[in-house]
Amino acid sequence: MSAELGHFALILAFCLTLPQAFFGLAGAAWRRPQWMALSRRAAAGHFVFMAVAFACLSYVFYVNDFSVLYVAHNSNSELPTFYRFAAVWGAHEGSLMLWLLLQSLWTLAVVAFSRSLPVTLTARVLGVLALLSAGFALFTLMTSNPFERLWPAAMEGRDLNPLLQDPGLVVHPPMQYTGYVGMSVPFAFAVAAMLEGKLDSLWARWVRPWATAAWVFLTIGITLGSWWAYYELGWGGWWFWDPVENASFMPWLIGAALIHSLAATEKRGLFKSWTLLLAISGFSLSVLGTFLVRSGIIESVHAFANDPERGMFILIFLGCCSGAALALYAWRAPLFRSSAGFAPVSRESFLLLNNVLLVAATLLILLGTLYPMFLDALNLGRISVGPPYFTLAFMIPMLPLAFLLAPGMHASWKRASFERHKKLLAILLALAALLALLVPTLVYGWRSVLTVVGLTAALWIVLSSLIEPIERLRKGHSLSAGVLGMCVAHLGVGLFIVGAVTVESWSQEKDISLSPGESAEVAGFRFDMVGLRNVSGPNYEAVESEIAISRDGEQVAVVRPQKRTYRVQTMPMTEAGIDNDWNRHLLVSMGEPLGDGAWSLRLQYKPMVRFIWLGAFVMAFGGVIAIFDRRYRQRVRSEATSPAAADASTA
Amino acid sequence: MRLLLAALFLAVCMHDAHAIDAAPAFDDPALQARYERLTHELRCLQCRSETIADSNASLAADLRRQTRELIAAGKSDAEILQFMQDRYGDYVLYSPPLAPRTWLLWAAPIALLAGGMAAAVVVIARKSRLPDTDPNDPGLGGS
Amino acid sequence: MWRYLIPIGLFGALLAFFYLGLGRDQQTLPSPLIGKPAPAFELPRVDDPSRTVSSQEFAGRPYLLNVWGTWCPGCRQEHDVLLDIARRTVVPIIGLDWKDDLELAQRWLRELGDPYAVTAFDSEGRVAIDWGVYGAPETFLVDAAGRIVHKHVGPLTIDIWEEEFMPKIAATGSANE
Repeated sequence: MSAELGHFALILAFCLTLPQAFFGLAGAAWRRPQWMALSRRAAAGHFVFMAVAFACLSYVFYVNDFSVLYVAHNSNSELPTFYRFAAVWGAHEGSLMLWLLLQSLWTLAVVAFSRSLPVTLTARVLGVLALLSAGFALFTLMTSNPFERLWPAAMEGRDLNPLLQDPGLVVHPPMQYTGYVGMSVPFAFAVAAMLEGKLDSLWARWVRPWATAAWVFLTIGITLGSWWAYYELGWGGWWFWDPVENASFMPWLIGAALIHSLAATEKRGLFKSWTLLLAISGFSLSVLGTFLVRSGIIESVHAFANDPERGMFILIFLGCCSGAALALYAWRAPLFRSSAGFAPVSRESFLLLNNVLLVAATLLILLGTLYPMFLDALNLGRISVGPPYFTLAFMIPMLPLAFLLAPGMHASWKRASFERHKKLLAILLALAALLALLVPTLVYGWRSVLTVVGLTAALWIVLSSLIEPIERLRKGHSLSAGVLGMCVAHLGVGLFIVGAVTVESWSQEKDISLSPGESAEVAGFRFDMVGLRNVSGPNYEAVESEIAISRDGEQVAVVRPQKRTYRVQTMPMTEAGIDNDWNRHLLVSMGEPLGDGAWSLRLQYKPMVRFIWLGAFVMAFGGVIAIFDRRYRQRVRSEATSPAAADASTA
Repeated sequence: MRLLLAALFLAVCMHDAHAIDAAPAFDDPALQARYERLTHELRCLQCRSETIADSNASLAADLRRQTRELIAAGKSDAEILQFMQDRYGDYVLYSPPLAPRTWLLWAAPIALLAGGMAAAVVVIARKSRLPDTDPNDPGLGGS
Repeated sequence: MWRYLIPIGLFGALLAFFYLGLGRDQQTLPSPLIGKPAPAFELPRVDDPSRTVSSQEFAGRPYLLNVWGTWCPGCRQEHDVLLDIARRTVVPIIGLDWKDDLELAQRWLRELGDPYAVTAFDSEGRVAIDWGVYGAPETFLVDAAGRIVHKHVGPLTIDIWEEEFMPKIAATGSANE
């Protein structure tokens, strides 16, 4: 019964997107305030039914209803309740429901937070968002119905993939999807502006918090994904340039470029063309990511589904939404050219370079990810493009960008003289170089010139992002949320680079077999295998080993890695034992039993790895601070917000 | 049938008991470093989203053993990668070999950087000759 | 003015590639050994490990090399097809028992029937690596000149035998006999 109810609610949710789209777009075009109001109501109704549908799906998981095919495939009565809810989005069909739910939530947020926006713009934005929801809902209903019944019902479910039975599953996909879906809001704003034929600095001010919010969620989602893979798989890696990872990273890079481009559009009315294209590309890359993961066109361990039929549907959807947006762009962009200029050394120049370099990085990642598919489609054979290529390709545009960050932050608009900060920046650069050369070499040993260069850039960013806040606080000036957010976010970038460079340069690992009583040494730490014991979990059996880690005779930690065998899917799985400290991780993963109590173990030393995720979270935090800048909450007097005045003043 | 094969591969690969050898391959740190580098550049053909260093597939273990033997026999890195390429094709290499069909891929980073910088220079040069503000949309100013 | 059409142009090209790429077989990898001499091998026989079988014994005539293992469900699936093909006595089938247990392999052939002229026991997988084997079952067609002319990955069916292998056997047979 609940499954049918959910199915029906989903159909109703789809139906409501149609009036939301029609009344929003037509109401704005023909200036009908009642129609535009109707669009908002339809959006609210759509959310309600989407929430009901999602609740029904959650319910059938909660009660272990194995007559629903999707539940039978992805759950099990022994699965802890916690994971039963998360299993809702553990596979293709449910993840689409999550996408739809989040799309309806973002739409509702636009309805709620658009009081200070012109009604026509909001109506158009809601209209576009409705069309996107309609497309996804149709896709779900026609090819990926999660409410399909299984008759006769299964006695037991196939269980959730053990790799997913982890708290990471509860947070990573929702955050990631919130980010992906959130990119649809700047996309909708861009399309709305193009439809209206009006794109100005006010528009940029309205869009900026939305773009930043979406980007913040993407940052959190990607960071959680990296962290989860790291500790869950115990392989010590935090990024593999897997196609699906790349699919999440590209919208993030474009989102970052978009936020910066919007700054120029808001402050100076410049870069409108860039901003439009970035807004369109950001969401297009989100949809592209969905396409890559579900169509079977690219091999990846993350791939949800391998279904060319579904792939075709998403391809058509991508073609329609991005194609339409780009067609609008070709038509309207000439209208939006600015005749303003700026000096060769100015904040605008830095932002232009920022755009160029971030887009270059994105294009390179796109090229590398799709290249095997290109060659195969042209019958030129099968190749692989992996980390060796991506690391090099990514660093080439990013290294210059890292060095442009510090001066860029302090460049003024129109003409940057760096009068105030020239000397200070130079001193900080020298200090950064010195620290980058001395500290790691003394602590870890010499590695390479590239390492020192990377750390110099990172430290320079960290130090110079502190200039503005410290200066303002000392002088008693106010520090707006926007400026503080920017400084914090850039500080995060610096911290991230410190972590990434250090870990990639100085991590150590050793594969060895140990029996109880034996020990091995890695990076000055001694790992003693103390003992083994059997443990039972809610839906698994495990062998747990106790490893005592010491340094210079003093005990540092005790870790308890496990080798689990899940009862239903009988997949063996390793739970790594990790000792966290601010400046390093020590990991122990169990391999195979070799007889007589001996086990093969992988011991790893990961210096400064925490800074990778710390830096990323600080970036996200900076974004959150920036969203709360007072100017986004002000009603701007120069633009009318009532329909009557809109008639009079808009061209 | 392909689904069955795919399911079999997935069953082997989705478990993450990583490819842990029973002992370091070489006592000599230089050789060990070569071994680690090479095994991270070769793709496992059963668990295709992993290197042979990390994959638990039996083929990965065999290829790791093969790599060890080739290093011990004094073969160079290039010879070892060629050995794998001869038997499994370009697909087994995570760093795509340089050939006419991959010129675009390998040229792209420098080309995009150079092209992007050149375009930026042209645009900045043009913009520097324009007046400060556009009367139609002067922007909202501020910091 | 035309530069505003560049984004949609590039996008269209991208979509075209995606369309071409949909539905292509990702699992099967092309073999770089097609057209090259078949790697030589000398391995113990499954039926009598004290004796060896070498690729030299089959020089001068075409043969099939079938890679299998008792642990491989696809091999069980194609076993009857192999028996059928063997009965037709077109070319000899050499078995390569890959990473297997000797006793289990012997029992398998005893109980299910032996389509092979002889089966080589590759316990360490070295020969399989030389032949570029990555997933059983795999079947190679070697011509009379000792070159690999065809490789099929996955269980054989009579259709595949008749459509892919027979034409190639006819081509090499007529050239050399």
